[in-house]
Amino acid sequence: MPKLTIDGLEVEVPAGTSVLQAAEELGIEIPRFCYHPRLPVAANCRMCLVEIEKVPKPVASCAQPVGEGMVVKTNSPAALQARKNVMELLLINHPLDCPICDQGGECDLQDQAVAYGKDKGRYIEEKRAVTEKYLGPLIKTAMTRCIHCTRCVRFLTEIAGVPELGMVNRGEHAEITTYVERALTSELSGNIVDLCPVGALTSKPYAFTARPWELKKTESIDVLDAVGSNIRIDTRGNQVMRVLPRLHEDVNEEWLGDKSRAAIDGLAKRRLDTPYVRRDGQLRPATWAEAFAAIEAGLSGLKGAEIAAIAGDLADAESMFALKLLMQALGSPNLDCRQDGAALDPKVSASWRFNTGIAGIEQADALLIVGSNPRIEAPVLNARIRKRVLKGGFKVATVGVKTDLTYAAQHLGDGVEAFQAVVDGENPFFDVLKTAERPMIVLGMGALARADGARILGAARHLAEKAGLVKDGWNGFNVLHTAAARVGGLEIGFVPGKGGLDTRGILKAAAAGKVKAVWLLGADQLPTNPLDSAFVIYQGHHGDVGAQVADVILPGAAYTEKDGTYVNTEGRVQRAQRAVFPPGEAREDWKILRAASEVLGHVLPFDSLDALRDALAAAVPAFATPDAAAPGAWGDFGEAGALDAALGPLGSAVSNYYMTDPISRASPTMAACTLEIIEAGNARTGTHG
Amino acid sequence: MSETYHVETIETVETPETFAFTAENRKRAEAVIAKYPAGRQRSAVMPLLDLAQRQAGWLSRDAMDCVAGMLGMPPIKVYEVATFYTMYNLKPVGRLHVQICTNISCWLRGAPEIVRAAKDVLGVAFGETTADGAATLSEVECLGACANAPVMQVNDDLYEDLTYDTAKAVLEALLKGEAPPFGSQTGRRGSCPCKGATTLKELAGEHAAAESAPAPKAKTAKSAKAGKETS
Ligand code: SF4
Ligand code: FES
Ligand code: FES
Repeated sequence: MPKLTIDGLEVEVPAGTSVLQAAEELGIEIPRFCYHPRLPVAANCRMCLVEIEKVPKPVASCAQPVGEGMVVKTNSPAALQARKNVMELLLINHPLDCPICDQGGECDLQDQAVAYGKDKGRYIEEKRAVTEKYLGPLIKTAMTRCIHCTRCVRFLTEIAGVPELGMVNRGEHAEITTYVERALTSELSGNIVDLCPVGALTSKPYAFTARPWELKKTESIDVLDAVGSNIRIDTRGNQVMRVLPRLHEDVNEEWLGDKSRAAIDGLAKRRLDTPYVRRDGQLRPATWAEAFAAIEAGLSGLKGAEIAAIAGDLADAESMFALKLLMQALGSPNLDCRQDGAALDPKVSASWRFNTGIAGIEQADALLIVGSNPRIEAPVLNARIRKRVLKGGFKVATVGVKTDLTYAAQHLGDGVEAFQAVVDGENPFFDVLKTAERPMIVLGMGALARADGARILGAARHLAEKAGLVKDGWNGFNVLHTAAARVGGLEIGFVPGKGGLDTRGILKAAAAGKVKAVWLLGADQLPTNPLDSAFVIYQGHHGDVGAQVADVILPGAAYTEKDGTYVNTEGRVQRAQRAVFPPGEAREDWKILRAASEVLGHVLPFDSLDALRDALAAAVPAFATPDAAAPGAWGDFGEAGALDAALGPLGSAVSNYYMTDPISRASPTMAACTLEIIEAGNARTGTHG
Repeated sequence: MSETYHVETIETVETPETFAFTAENRKRAEAVIAKYPAGRQRSAVMPLLDLAQRQAGWLSRDAMDCVAGMLGMPPIKVYEVATFYTMYNLKPVGRLHVQICTNISCWLRGAPEIVRAAKDVLGVAFGETTADGAATLSEVECLGACANAPVMQVNDDLYEDLTYDTAKAVLEALLKGEAPPFGSQTGRRGSCPCKGATTLKELAGEHAAAESAPAPKAKTAKSAKAGKETS
């Protein structure tokens, strides 16, 4: 390992480290624009110039590998002068429009101009202006501000794997563009707004709505997919202004999917902000007392077995736990958190987790994806798979409808026959898995939510055991969820009790009049016709599918409006924090359940969130250790039996990435994305449907 | 600071017709692609663009997309290449593409006079095509023949050591469909100083004696070789 001296301090770093990174080890910050630790080095901005002894000219430290005995000066007069000059060059064509620029206040160029620039410019010639580009509903451009660092181009090319941006022309005429003026189609495109060091790329939905210093920042967790990306919610007053990713190396690194970033305008639309009670066939606004009284009346005289509860995809663990206790108190064994009917086995934790872990993907050397399209089900996780693919020595195969995953994958077939062939060892990919050191399988809801889901799960377990996917120190069996609430619900045991009905059973029994009352905790993703004659309590935040069949509506809080615990697809327990208050009469969900329990005469044993969390941790120890993800315990799960090819090809559980839940369905921005990205794309390629 | 801006816009020309390589050119393209190892087909992008341009006269977006498709490249990466090099015409050009170097060596040796000659003969400004579509005039940076400055390129040929009169004569002849000899218009050889060799005189003498062919021939050979490399 070479040893070098930077600003008089000695440091030893692995060969191949850049001078800039070595300086970072010492806590010495070198200014930069184009360098980004997660992107390939471009070295085109020259802001990181340093002086190196015995080298005649200043050196770009981001691209200079360290050498034994190097003597680097990052703040010598020559280095500072070099940066000053670079700054002056960068500002030649950069407009001085900070007062009307959305990046103002969080702009690298602004900050570094203050720190390293001159106090005035000497440039008096004509400046260059560049026409705006159309990049879709999420990204606004002001290309005159671009400093051509190419971070955006490198991100889309390398990380997102959807190379649609480029730099055309050259020199004075260089421009960043798609050239064809079409919306970017990457699900990760919003990240280039964060990456752009200047105000050339800014957020379209957030445009001109706030200044960064006016915003209150709350660290939280995203729930619009099951990855559990760490986010920062920026609010002003009681309004969520924007959502940005927060660094978590093991989960989302520093990326965030476009839906998680931009669906937030749906939080202000179609909200349930007061209780409703159905009277004379009409849902009418009511007080909380009236709503609870209606529930009491609706449930009175019902036997436990006649009551059921279904938890939706965005439910927090606390409220699911509270509802479970309430159902138990009412004597009902009919509860389920799998509103899509996915055949997840509640008894064996390894059967429902992404056991390898998201970061674990980087260690794997073979991957079989079955009934899942991770690109739209979990874009950030898909970027991790792509990262692994780019390193090489990683074989990926898919079973299911063929799609562009942003990396090369061998397509083994559309239907279960192809999967069966792998399980039986007839498809050569079985041997790939078998001979791999760290093979993995990813099972999606597209496979598990089918009628033969339990058998697919069983076949997958069989494959895992036969091909050695699970061994000492490695668990390559993974389920990729699409619902943020799902793993939490399974951990809590929000599943049928003894003799209880699951989602399919509840719906059937409700249609037959055997289940007379159903409590929907934000469940919007199920057929509601069977519930027509039942007494339906809908607790949730949006007037979506579930609220329409309700007899009583209890207005709950969205994920930005409550402190809640979510368990991601890996089984990682994470805490979301309240950033704003729920609108109007809406309340945090556990409080609603606590209040209802009192009216129903079965007081839940906690008065505070802390007490609830203690009770939850006592009942399910996993909840006592936030942010830990471990593979589940292996066991016997799934069913044996033939897979049903007649059910058609294995698809993805998600058909439109931009609209998957009540929040994104209410979002005008997501509607624009659906129109301008998905439908425009379909029209271009003529593949409708 | 300055109050004035010049606005940078990307001009794209709509093409009604779609581009496809002729059977013959497709064969040529495949031969070029075959030169590169598997997985490195992208390296063929420049010769393929050149081939497309030779076929259609210019590069429409459809032609670039066609090349992208043949090489399995994202179209934007092809646009990047095509817009970077001035040799690719992203707009239709006349039968003669007259490119005059106004970079420093040529400028010091009288490029403005050559520009004047071209404008006089063609009657158009830089970036324009004559009404009859015979010629397009372009201002370009260094053509790589500085030693024989000033330089003008017409289609594939370089005309060097120009003056107002020789430039005019060359262009007039070309417009008439004649083929004036290209290369140095003063007959200078080996890029030696314009008043004759000052060093290595003996060697130069030997060399000159050994070679009995007339002056422009050397250029013909060089040009033909360069042509072979790119197509
Ligand atoms: S748009 Fe932003 S990120 Fe992209 S090259 Fe310009 S300055 Fe860099
Ligand atoms: S950060 Fe080193 S050249 Fe841009
Ligand atoms: S400067 Fe004109 S050819 Fe080089």
